[in-house]
Amino acid sequence: MDNPKELHYTKEHEWVKIENGIGTVGITDFAQHSLTDIVFVELPEKGKQVEQFKQLTVLESVKSVSDIYSPISGEVTEVNESLSDSPEQVNKSPFENGWIAKIKLKDEKELENLMTAEQYNEYLKTKEH
Amino acid sequence: MKLIFEKGAEGRKGVSLPELDVEKKENLIPKALLRKELNLPEVSELDVVRHYTKLSTLNFGVDSGFYPLGSCTMKYNPKINEDMSFLQGFALTHPLQGEELSQGVLELMFELEKALCELSGFERFSLQPAAGAHGELTGVMITKAFFKKKEENRTKLLIADSSHGTNPASCVLCGFETIEVKSDKEGNLDLEDLKEKMQQDVAGLMLTSPNTLGLFDKNTEEICKIVHEKNGLVYCDGANMNAIVGISKPAEQGFDIMHINLHKTFSTPHGGGGPGSGPVGVTKELVEFLPAPLIDKNRKGFYLNYDLENSIGKMRSFFGNFGILVRAFTYIKGLGTSLKEVGENSVLNANYLAVNLKKDFDLPYNRICMHEFVLSDKNFPNQVTTMDLAKRLLDYGFHAPTIYFPLIVHGAIMIEPTETESKETLDEFIEIMKKILKEAEKEPEKLKNAPQNTPVKRLDAVKAARQPDLRWKKQ
Repeated sequence: MDNPKELHYTKEHEWVKIENGIGTVGITDFAQHSLTDIVFVELPEKGKQVEQFKQLTVLESVKSVSDIYSPISGEVTEVNESLSDSPEQVNKSPFENGWIAKIKLKDEKELENLMTAEQYNEYLKTKEH
Repeated sequence: MKLIFEKGAEGRKGVSLPELDVEKKENLIPKALLRKELNLPEVSELDVVRHYTKLSTLNFGVDSGFYPLGSCTMKYNPKINEDMSFLQGFALTHPLQGEELSQGVLELMFELEKALCELSGFERFSLQPAAGAHGELTGVMITKAFFKKKEENRTKLLIADSSHGTNPASCVLCGFETIEVKSDKEGNLDLEDLKEKMQQDVAGLMLTSPNTLGLFDKNTEEICKIVHEKNGLVYCDGANMNAIVGISKPAEQGFDIMHINLHKTFSTPHGGGGPGSGPVGVTKELVEFLPAPLIDKNRKGFYLNYDLENSIGKMRSFFGNFGILVRAFTYIKGLGTSLKEVGENSVLNANYLAVNLKKDFDLPYNRICMHEFVLSDKNFPNQVTTMDLAKRLLDYGFHAPTIYFPLIVHGAIMIEPTETESKETLDEFIEIMKKILKEAEKEPEKLKNAPQNTPVKRLDAVKAARQPDLRWKKQ
């Protein structure tokens, strides 16, 4: 699966899509693949204030439990409730139906700390075994 | 196999009660309170005996086969430990019977604590924590209390990237933020990374020693020094103490707090058996924070000392898993000075396996190991995974090693033979591991479809986690 061009990426393999000042956050295809089958997504609370690169929530796969870090700072305005019943959407559709939370972007400058799809692709090359 | 609820027939009983010799009264229980949905099994005595006898044969334990589950130290549990814990004076003790009637029990706890102090170099131990992770929590709470008393606000704790998952969990429970410290190429903690992260707002470091790669960090003293220079505390996750018991003392290496898993190093049962026990030891300056009560002695005899002003409080109801303490005490006293050979032989056995297996398997941290070692899935052919290998081992009558941990090794296979296995068993395991690798090349479907010889075939772990079916219901 290609990493969509319009998204911004973190080193911890999260992505964020900015639309009208709201960032939709999820994990990348590489992340879902390394985690293997995801069985539980702890949804963050609406209204929670998060900071860039600090813990947003926790995700559980058959293999391990992993922290998900927020690509941007701001307030959580919406969460993907459907993941409670079908966490496998994160595996099947990491960039679309598998989004985790929407965060109100606090500081546009923070996007400079993130990678473009192209940079992320390069970064992944250094990660391969 | 059918459940006990699915066996038997309506009206079948295991006992026959004598005729009533009083007048039978109907409707003694109001109808509204009578329940029919319980579906209690209606079976004969023989049905019950056969059912549970059969169930017991489906068990796999260290008494039935080799159990190389890394990090868990599934060593043999000597039966004399069981005998001692069943002695009436121990087994029939009630925790509220008072100090006067509990002198023997208290003496055993007192002596066990002394033995643990001697083996680890720490000043005092609390025997309360009921398992390793519970010990970690105790240790982190002590760390918190220590800085609270000093009126220092330290909000972070450092954790090695090879640590047990319970380490960060214990920190978070106490409100600390965790920061991961990297391992270097040899599997030691990266000193530069540690120096950078050990700042003034960091309370300390949690380090597993020997670490989860089965390696003794050669920089342990230096690591403790770096943390101490910033007045932090170093916690030793002692889950792997088996390798060094009787040989080196963690307190002398610079650690401030440590838990010891009695159910690993000191041979008490675990793995569906249990319960566990994770005593926590501390240096002199931290004794005042230990959970109360401690067992002390005065002119009258042994007593429960609650007089600890800065104690973090009780960590468990009553005084810990006492039956387990008896077993560990028996083990320590039974072995005496030859306890040292436990460490030596566990290291020898692990290295024997590692050296023989690394000819065919990838050993990413290729150096002399301690009590365990970690292989990777690097040279597996035909998309065979670590999971497939582990499942295939079950077909050959071995318990699987720990897999996919530590996370820093790809497809990790963590093998810990323990000192209680004979050379014959180790040779057999080596042969089977090599055989499975050959099967992976020529007949990979044998691994993909494994296990075949077990009571249940490969379980759908994903479905079990996503849609757990936890309760039997009558159709």
